[in-house]
Amino acid sequence: MHIIESGNVAAAMGVKLARTQVVAAYPITPQTPLTEKLSEFVDSGEMEAQYIPVESEHSALSVCIAASSTGSRTFTATSANGLLYMHEQIHWAAGARLPIVMCVVNRGVGAPWTVWNDHQDSISQRDTGWIQLYVCDHQQIIDTVIKAFYLAEFVSIPVMVCYDGYLLSHTYMPFDIPDPAQVDKFLPPFTPEYMLDPARPKNLNTVTLPDTRTDIHGNTAPGYMEIRHNLHSDLRSTLTVVEEIDQKFQAVFNRGGNPYVEKYKCNDAEFIAVCLGSLSYQLRDVIDALREEGIKVGVLGLRLYRPFPHHAVIEALSGTKGVIVFEKALSYGNQGALFGDIKSALYNADRRPKIHNYILGLGGREIKTQDLLDALRNSCTDKEKMNNTPKWVGLKL
Amino acid sequence: MRKDIIEIRWHGRGGQGAITAAKIVANAAFVSGYKGVVMAPTFGTERRGAPVMTSLKIAKTKIYDLSPITTPDMVVVLDHLLLEEADITNGLKQDGLMILNTPKPLNSYNFNGMKLAVADVTSLATEAGLKKGIVNTGIIGSFSKASELLDMDVLATAIGEEFKGKNSGKNIEAARLAYNSTLIGDR
Repeated sequence: MHIIESGNVAAAMGVKLARTQVVAAYPITPQTPLTEKLSEFVDSGEMEAQYIPVESEHSALSVCIAASSTGSRTFTATSANGLLYMHEQIHWAAGARLPIVMCVVNRGVGAPWTVWNDHQDSISQRDTGWIQLYVCDHQQIIDTVIKAFYLAEFVSIPVMVCYDGYLLSHTYMPFDIPDPAQVDKFLPPFTPEYMLDPARPKNLNTVTLPDTRTDIHGNTAPGYMEIRHNLHSDLRSTLTVVEEIDQKFQAVFNRGGNPYVEKYKCNDAEFIAVCLGSLSYQLRDVIDALREEGIKVGVLGLRLYRPFPHHAVIEALSGTKGVIVFEKALSYGNQGALFGDIKSALYNADRRPKIHNYILGLGGREIKTQDLLDALRNSCTDKEKMNNTPKWVGLKL
Repeated sequence: MRKDIIEIRWHGRGGQGAITAAKIVANAAFVSGYKGVVMAPTFGTERRGAPVMTSLKIAKTKIYDLSPITTPDMVVVLDHLLLEEADITNGLKQDGLMILNTPKPLNSYNFNGMKLAVADVTSLATEAGLKKGIVNTGIIGSFSKASELLDMDVLATAIGEEFKGKNSGKNIEAARLAYNSTLIGDR
């Protein structure tokens, strides 16, 4: 059934359909309507879950860590400084291999205060060991939330589902609500590999020595480095798992397909714009306009940012003349984070395209379609020289 | 950039229900075959009573560009006093349409060739039994009549679904009264 609702409501419905058992969250703009909706669902009995109100984001994720450790399907959501306040626990959840799903409703980070959209919040958490997924519309929000639980539980790694604040969270558009019985068919109940159980007491994540040791059963127990190595290698194996999950979802719901990237007019493209989130959809009209001018250009939206899908990026971009990375975040003092990732992926490609970086939309600065058109045209026609320094779009200095 | 998108900007005051009105029209448009519907409130912090805007884009196919409307085909104004407080006609297309809730007669306005439709939605809504000041459903009737974009019966159903029992009859009646009372000027 199709409804017209906001992106936050789409996310809340996905969380409900996934039969989430524990929700702990602290409201923050623009995430607030998502948590309000979930508390309504729990209060009305529509959702059989415990909603645990907390006094901060640090506590929200702490509660999720505890709940997930006891084997519950667990969800939280936040934005911007709320996400940063969780930072210690974000590392912990990944290290403890807890399959928590969190929606990050992307918002710029203070100081100075802003409530509007950019990607600095989730990008600043990219090295915590979480899986990061980015979506472009409400259908992808609701579908991806459901798939995220499957993925998190399959690989025992937490997942962030990132969607643009306001642009998606507060915008209304039509989307299909997956049939609950089909969701149950796709997503079985959570059966944890390890869990806290009073009947079988054990310690989890205690101090781990630098070296391996022999445990009380005479087996070699891994040291810190082995445990961290396994997190990394399991994240890398996620690259194949995520495709299987997407295909399984497609078989049931007839949607989805490519979990790595979403391409628009890339097949014959000499130039490809790359970005995260809803911006890749806004660029579609720009691509059409430039094609009318005779410029062979396409756009690639990255759906999976961590683990980084090198193969899909190389497959799409090597062999083109130029790659133009548009970013709503910055590794301050260097360049866009995504730009660095794309460049590093292309280093080993047979044919390395020129690559260009634009920074835009920080703190919700309006991204004018005309500005995108001008920037992309300049890059494709060599008016703008391609180099390592990011150029700013829409800057009024 | 795309020529096939109908852009409608809604002007109201915080708390007046402009977002709900735009959402009802969005639902009616979707069931009328417009598969591309995007409704975006002004992003940020809203205050009760202050001028607010909502963008509604409608097209036959999916809309990918979520950026705010800059050149609307129509503006819908829930309170005529907003004409003095906000730049209502900003960017309005040359052959654009304004739908205005006002107690004043049509000929008391002159917007240089722009098409204007007026109704005293505030009084008509009270006549329909709604509490004074509720105008967001009534204005939908004027919108239907003046824009000729969506059928009044489809909009009435969408109003009924939005309010489900809570005064839905009175809200539909307000829209129908406004539909019948809307006067449309020449360019």
